[in-house]
Amino acid sequence: MERELYLNPKELKRYKIGTGIGRFFTYLYVIIMAVFIVVPFLWMIFSSLKPTEEIISREITFLPRTWAWSNYSKLFTGIQSIDPYGQPYYSFKPIPFHWMFFNTIVVGFFTTAGTVVTTILAAFAFSRLNFKGRETLFTILLATMMIPGEVFVITNYMTLSRYTGWIKSANHLENYAALIFPFITSVFYTFFLRQTFKQIPNELYLAAKVDGTSDFKYLMKVMIPLSQATITTIIILSMIGTWNAYIWPSFVTNSIYTEQLLVSNGLMAGLRGASETTGPNSVLNLQLAASTMVTVPLLIIFFSFKKYILRGVSRSGIKG
Amino acid sequence: MLEYKKDGWKAALCLAPSLLLMCVFTFWPIINSFIMSFLNNYHFALNREDVYNTFMGVEKSYTYIMGGRFTGIGIQNFITLFRDKDFLMALKNTAFIVFISVPATVIIALLIAVGLNSIKAFRGFFQTIFFLPYVTNTIALGLVFNSLFHVDYGLVNKLFNLVGTSWINSGATWGRAMFVLFIYSIWDGLAFKIIVFLSGLQNIDKQYYQAAQIDATPRWRVFTRITVPLLSPMILYITITSFMGAFKVYSSVIGIFGTGRYGPVGNEKLLITIVGYVYEQFGVQGMPFGVGSAGSTVLFLIILLITLVQMQVSKKWVHY
Repeated sequence: MERELYLNPKELKRYKIGTGIGRFFTYLYVIIMAVFIVVPFLWMIFSSLKPTEEIISREITFLPRTWAWSNYSKLFTGIQSIDPYGQPYYSFKPIPFHWMFFNTIVVGFFTTAGTVVTTILAAFAFSRLNFKGRETLFTILLATMMIPGEVFVITNYMTLSRYTGWIKSANHLENYAALIFPFITSVFYTFFLRQTFKQIPNELYLAAKVDGTSDFKYLMKVMIPLSQATITTIIILSMIGTWNAYIWPSFVTNSIYTEQLLVSNGLMAGLRGASETTGPNSVLNLQLAASTMVTVPLLIIFFSFKKYILRGVSRSGIKG
Repeated sequence: MLEYKKDGWKAALCLAPSLLLMCVFTFWPIINSFIMSFLNNYHFALNREDVYNTFMGVEKSYTYIMGGRFTGIGIQNFITLFRDKDFLMALKNTAFIVFISVPATVIIALLIAVGLNSIKAFRGFFQTIFFLPYVTNTIALGLVFNSLFHVDYGLVNKLFNLVGTSWINSGATWGRAMFVLFIYSIWDGLAFKIIVFLSGLQNIDKQYYQAAQIDATPRWRVFTRITVPLLSPMILYITITSFMGAFKVYSSVIGIFGTGRYGPVGNEKLLITIVGYVYEQFGVQGMPFGVGSAGSTVLFLIILLITLVQMQVSKKWVHY
């Protein structure tokens, strides 16, 4: 660093010591915070593999001494106990992961497909087509992003329960409809796509017009292929959104139909109340195994599509 | 610039799917929720026959509207709301999360981002770690924090030898439970903020730092005089979105107690939030939706107010 030569030797020494100390504390801080971030993940995974005796022991253990892989099969079979009257009951109910994963993927797929179609069309209109009131309409849509989505839940529940039989329906397809329909469009994704579409040069459009290409064909053959990265980001964020959706599904799905649950709701139903169990009855390890089951697919998605996810994040104010 | 013709009908066609869905699931809920909050004793029943059979003939003074009934127009719901100690508790809890957790998280995230930006070794590794919590499931990780702070088996109690200190189990005090929520909110909120700050830091012209280096400016002054002012639009953006997010806190509260409620067994409304309160008001047929809607109107007004205040603030100290 020849720039430091502007300083006299004494000043240079002080400056170097100063930056050295600064660097030391920077690393120290970053390492401490990294540990803070990682510990819950490791605690979750390791504790999910501990046998109950280790979970309830007074000793501080982080890694399991015995690796209890059977915890994961217990998630599916549950644990049966006998109550004081001699009746068998589940002290830990089996969690229907196969249904939860299947339902979430189905709902996520159709929600995402619907969202992609509606937002592409809307973004195309807002970025390429000429019509009266375009900017006003777009501003109104953007303004709705400020209103908390929680405000919508009550009315959407009322609307669906008045005009459809989808709410808490015993029918699989009706339950899917209630989970999918309110979410197949998104102002934020429309906005995000519009930004991308706007970057495509006008000349391409005019050239296509000269060649007699229809607007629809231009959208399909030019704009969509050129916006692949943005569309991929939308697909991933939308799928993750369904995976983590909790509030709306907990209102529209009847939790007694265990084959209709989505991931978060099934998880919550499986965990409910069980954190108070103590002693040899403690199922903390199974609960953490359930959390791991839900978290690991997300982490795999995250590592596979990090680039796309981060692209979306730096422009979004919403999580999941 | 070539002028192309108006394409009103094409735009209408492209926007139709989005706008129709939004009319039903976004615009109508906003209007309806606002109306409901001013209908006194508004009760909702699932269908017209229910309304008729349940309420007709019992109380002649009701007016029937939108699948429900009400006794008059006024501010009765807001009076009920502000006399309800649960709602006051919800305001207090939400305010704490907003005004204590959010600033803390923003500052911690800013320092991490600046730290990450200044180090060279293991930078990518640390980045990945800090981004990890971004995609996680709130319920699943809520349970992990529940288990970390578990009264008998939690890592925290074992590590600091706090045997019998109840954080989130029965007997937990408000302060302790809130501390767990505070830690979880920080953990959960860091990733998004770090990502945004890092992308902001990347856009700062390196010349400022080189100039500072020539003058041997201490790191701290570089941070307060260059980084923070140049990053102020990002800081404002993050603060606004985080405030909005924190006002809507719900799932993380449900998550850390693992009871499906807002508190430990025996004190289930300990950490109830505004959104939690709104949801409490409905679920059972014929519940007074008016009070819940009034709650969401209050939430909306608070968010609107905060946004306006922050816009004013941004004019004063944000450097673009």
